[in-house]
Amino acid sequence: MSQAVDEIKIGGIGASRKRVEDNRFIRGKGNYTDDIVLPGMLHMEILRSPLAHARIKSIDASRAWDIPGVHLVLTGDMMATRNLAWMPTLSYDTQAVLATDKVRFQGQEVACVIADDPYIAKDACEAIVVDYEPLPAIVNPAQAVAEGAPVIRDDKENQPDNVIYDWEVGDGEGTDRAFASADLVSKLELHYPRSHPSPIECCGSIADFNRSTSKLTVYMTTQAPHIIRAAVAMVAELPEHMIRIISPDIGGGFGNKVPVYPGYVCSILASILLERPVKWIEDKTGNLISTGFARDVYLKGEMALRRDGKILAVRMHTDADHGAFFADAQPSKFKIGLMHSAFAAYDIPVAHLTARGTYSNKAPGGVAYRCSFRVTEAMFFQERMVQAAADDLGMDQAAFRARNFVADDDFPHRTPFGFLTDSGQYGKCLEVGLKAIDYDNFRQQQAEARTRGRLLGLGISTMTEPLGAGNSREYDILGIKMFDSADLKVHMTGKAIVRTGARGQGQGHETTWAQIVAHELGIPADDVVVEEGDTDTAPFGMGTYASRSTPVAGAAIAMVCRKIRAKARKLAAHLLEVSEEDIEWELGRFYIRSAPDRGVTIQECAAAAYSNMPDGMEPGLENTAYYDPPNLTWPFAVYIVTVEVDPATGVWDVLSMVAVDDCGVRINPMIVEGQIMGGLTEAYAMSNMQFITFDAEGNCIGSNYMDYLLPTAWETPGFELHSEVVTPCPHHPIGAKGIGECAAVGGPAAFVNAVLDALSETGVRNIDMPLLPDRVWEAITYRRDVSGAPPVRSDE
Amino acid sequence: MTIVYDDRGDEETQDVPVRRIRFTINGEKKIAEVEPRLLLAHLIRQGLRLTGTHTGCDTTNCGACTVLVDGTAVKSCTMLAVQADGHEIQTVEGLATASELHPLQEGFKEEHGLQCGFCTPGMMMAAKALLDRNPDPTEEDVRWALSGNLCRCTGYQNIVKSVLWAADKLRSQAG
Repeated sequence: MSQAVDEIKIGGIGASRKRVEDNRFIRGKGNYTDDIVLPGMLHMEILRSPLAHARIKSIDASRAWDIPGVHLVLTGDMMATRNLAWMPTLSYDTQAVLATDKVRFQGQEVACVIADDPYIAKDACEAIVVDYEPLPAIVNPAQAVAEGAPVIRDDKENQPDNVIYDWEVGDGEGTDRAFASADLVSKLELHYPRSHPSPIECCGSIADFNRSTSKLTVYMTTQAPHIIRAAVAMVAELPEHMIRIISPDIGGGFGNKVPVYPGYVCSILASILLERPVKWIEDKTGNLISTGFARDVYLKGEMALRRDGKILAVRMHTDADHGAFFADAQPSKFKIGLMHSAFAAYDIPVAHLTARGTYSNKAPGGVAYRCSFRVTEAMFFQERMVQAAADDLGMDQAAFRARNFVADDDFPHRTPFGFLTDSGQYGKCLEVGLKAIDYDNFRQQQAEARTRGRLLGLGISTMTEPLGAGNSREYDILGIKMFDSADLKVHMTGKAIVRTGARGQGQGHETTWAQIVAHELGIPADDVVVEEGDTDTAPFGMGTYASRSTPVAGAAIAMVCRKIRAKARKLAAHLLEVSEEDIEWELGRFYIRSAPDRGVTIQECAAAAYSNMPDGMEPGLENTAYYDPPNLTWPFAVYIVTVEVDPATGVWDVLSMVAVDDCGVRINPMIVEGQIMGGLTEAYAMSNMQFITFDAEGNCIGSNYMDYLLPTAWETPGFELHSEVVTPCPHHPIGAKGIGECAAVGGPAAFVNAVLDALSETGVRNIDMPLLPDRVWEAITYRRDVSGAPPVRSDE
Repeated sequence: MTIVYDDRGDEETQDVPVRRIRFTINGEKKIAEVEPRLLLAHLIRQGLRLTGTHTGCDTTNCGACTVLVDGTAVKSCTMLAVQADGHEIQTVEGLATASELHPLQEGFKEEHGLQCGFCTPGMMMAAKALLDRNPDPTEEDVRWALSGNLCRCTGYQNIVKSVLWAADKLRSQAG
C-alpha cells in the first residue's frame, strides 16, 4: 500500500533544502570557464585603447609577430576582411569588435594576440604600436548634444549627431491637465551614476573549432547560451546546428554576462583560423572598463499633488548615457527598458515619460545589473520623488506612501504607463516594516538626538518590479520572443533529470528546480538532477537575468511536470485496472477514488512507462514544456534604514535595516533570503561607495578594485528580513514571483532617503549617489545639493 | 612550462630563465621549474591543476586566490611562485579528507554561505587562518578577518554565520 509523501521531507516547495551545487564549490571542484583546459589550447589577450576618443592612424604589429610563442595577431583590418570588424548589438545598433577607424572609449578592443601562454600573449600586446590622433571626449549627455560636439558615430550613415533616440510613453495631454489642477508641484532632479555589476569572475571563453566535424564548441561565461548561439550564427555566419555553446559554472553574473563581447568573437575567429582551442580570460580592468555597465541616467521629474496628499500625476524625463555603442540588453520594443514601471505601486491616474538616449566616449552595453531592465533607476527615482513630495507637503513619509498605494482589492491594476500589476498587500508590508523598525520610537529618538547635535535619519523605500519577461506579445530580444522552457525525463527507477533554457549563476537552480519537481510529482528532490547551460542538450530558452528564471523557466518546470503527471495517470489506471476517471492524485501517488488504499506511486508509474505500458501507448516518461507567461510577476517590498551621519566628516553608518519582501510563494526560503541579502548589499554599495566615473578626457575612474569600491564584510551592515507577507502570484503555476533583484532595485533609495532625512534641517534636496563622505560633508557645510555627474570635478 | 614554437631559422636561441623550486602543497612535496615572473596563483592553477584557487582581480583586492603559506593567509596572485621555494602551501583542495569535510566546508553549506561559489575557496582559507589562531572569534573578529575577501552574492551575513558555525564545531571536537 502506497502513501502520500510529506512535501517538506522530500524537499518540495517550502523546504529550506541545503544546496546541491555547494558540494562541489566547497571542495574547490567547481568548473568555471578558466578551469577548463583543452588539448592544444592557446591563450588570447586583448590590447585596449588608452584613449577615450582618437583616430587610429596606424597599427604596427610586426614586433608582436616576432615574439616566440605567438601564433596570431588580430587587428580591425583583418577582422574587416572577414566582415567581422563590427557586430550587431542587442539593441539594433552596431559595435566594433576590433577598432578600424577610431577608438570611441577608453579600453576599447584594438588588437588581439594568440600565443602559447597568457604571459607571452600579454608581452606581445605590449609590443604592438598604435599611432593615435586624439579627439575631444564626451562624457555626459549635455556634452553629447552641445553645439559643435564631435560626432562619435561617424561610421554610421544618417547619424548627424550623438542622439540615439527620443522616446515617450504615457498621456502627455492628460498629464498637463492634471498639473494645471494641482495644489502643489514637487520637483526633483538627480543622476543615477554609472555602475558595473562586477561579478568576481571576469568574462571569458574557450572557442574550439573542429575542422573535421565543422563543429564549433564554445565554453563561455554567458547567462544566456541560446541567445549567444543565435548571435554567433548571425555574426560568424556559421550554421546554428554546428554551434554548441556551453556555459559552465559562472562566478556571478548580475547582468554582466548577457551581452556578446568582442573577446568572445575574437576567440572564435582565432580558433577557426588556427584550428586549435583558444582561451580568452579577461582581466579585471578589462571587465570593468569595457563590458556591460549599468545605470548612468539623468532623471528629472515632477509630481502634481493635492493638498490632502493625493498624487494626481507624474511627469518624468530621462537622459541616458549609453556609451559609444547602443548595446543595451533589453526588450526590443522599449528604448529605455522598463523605466516606465516607475510609480507602479502608487495609484496615480496619469503620467508621462520622455526619454532621450545619447552616445558618449564611454563603454557600451547598458545591462540590467541585478534589475529588470532599468527598473532600478525607475524605482530609485520614484522613492526619492515620493520622499521629496511628502516633505514638500509637510506629510509623514509613511503616511504619504500609505495614502497613495494601490489598494489590495484593486488588482489587477493598470498603471498610468500601461503595465498591469497582478497582486500585492502594499499597506501590510509597510506596517510590518514600520513595526520592525519601531518607527514612532525612532522619530522620538531622532528629535532628541538632534537637540544634542547628532544627526539621525530614517529612510523608507518601496518597490514593485515587473519580473519575468515575456509575455511574448510585448517582449523579445532581437526578435526572439521571451518565453522559456523545461525538459523533464523520468527514468524507469523513478529518478529524473530536468533541463531548462535558463542558466543560473549562483541562484541555486540545481537545488530549487528539483524542489518544483518534488512539489508537482512527489519525486524526492534528491532524486532529480538539474542540468543547464549546454545548448546541445537544454531546450531553447532565453537565459537567466532580470529575475526571470522562477517566473518563466520555473513555471515551465511546473507545466512539464503536469504533462508527465497526465501520462502517469494513464499508466496508473492501467496498473490499477480502473478507468482514468476513477483515479485521484495526492503527492507522489495515484489512488482509486472509491478505494483510497489501492494506489500506485509515481515511481511505479515510471517503471510501467518502460516495462508495462498499456497497448498502444508510446513508451517512456519524458516531455518538454515551453512557457509563455501571461503577464510579468510583480513582487513588492518595503526597505527601511536608519542611519547616523557624522556632521564633522560626512561619514554615515547604518544603525539598522529592515526588509519586508512579498515575492509570493517561496520555493526555498533559505535561498530566497540569500538573494535578498545579496541584493541589499549591492544597494548599500551603490548608495555608499560603488560607482564608475570619468574625467574630462574620458579616463575611466573605477577601472580596478582600488578605485571601484565594493563593500567588504567589515562595512556591510546586518539585515533583518521579514517574510510574513505572502501574496501568491495569481497567474504563475506555483504562485511564485521573481525575487533575485528586488533588494538591489528598491534598496538604494532607502539608504539615500535616510541620509537626506538626517540632513533635513539643511534644506538639501539631493546628493547624488554614492553618498561619499565628501559629498555629504559638502551638503552639510554649504547647505547645497551635490551633483555627482561626470566629468569628475577638479580639486582646484 | 614547456613552450614549442616554429623554427624559422632566424631566431637566436633564447634561454628562458627558469628557476627550480621545492615546496609542499597540501602535504605533498613537489619540485617545479618556473619562470621567475610566474605568479604563485598561476603555478597552483595551471602548474598543479588545483583550480579551486580562483583569480578574480589583478590588484590583490578580491581575495579569491587566498591560500595558506606556512599557515598564513596569502593572496597567491601577489606572491611569485619562486617565493614559495621551501614553503608549505595549503589550498582549498587540502581542507577535506577523503571521507570527511572540514567544519568550514560544512558550515558554508549549512548556513548558505555561498551562492556562485567563486569567492568561497578564498573565504574558507582566510577563515581557516583566523580559526587556527583564534578558535573562539566574535562576529566582529570574523568580519575583520574576512575584510580582504570580496563576495558579490551573499552580503556576507551568512558567510560570517558559516565561520562561526565552523568555530563552534571545531571547539566541540577539541573539547
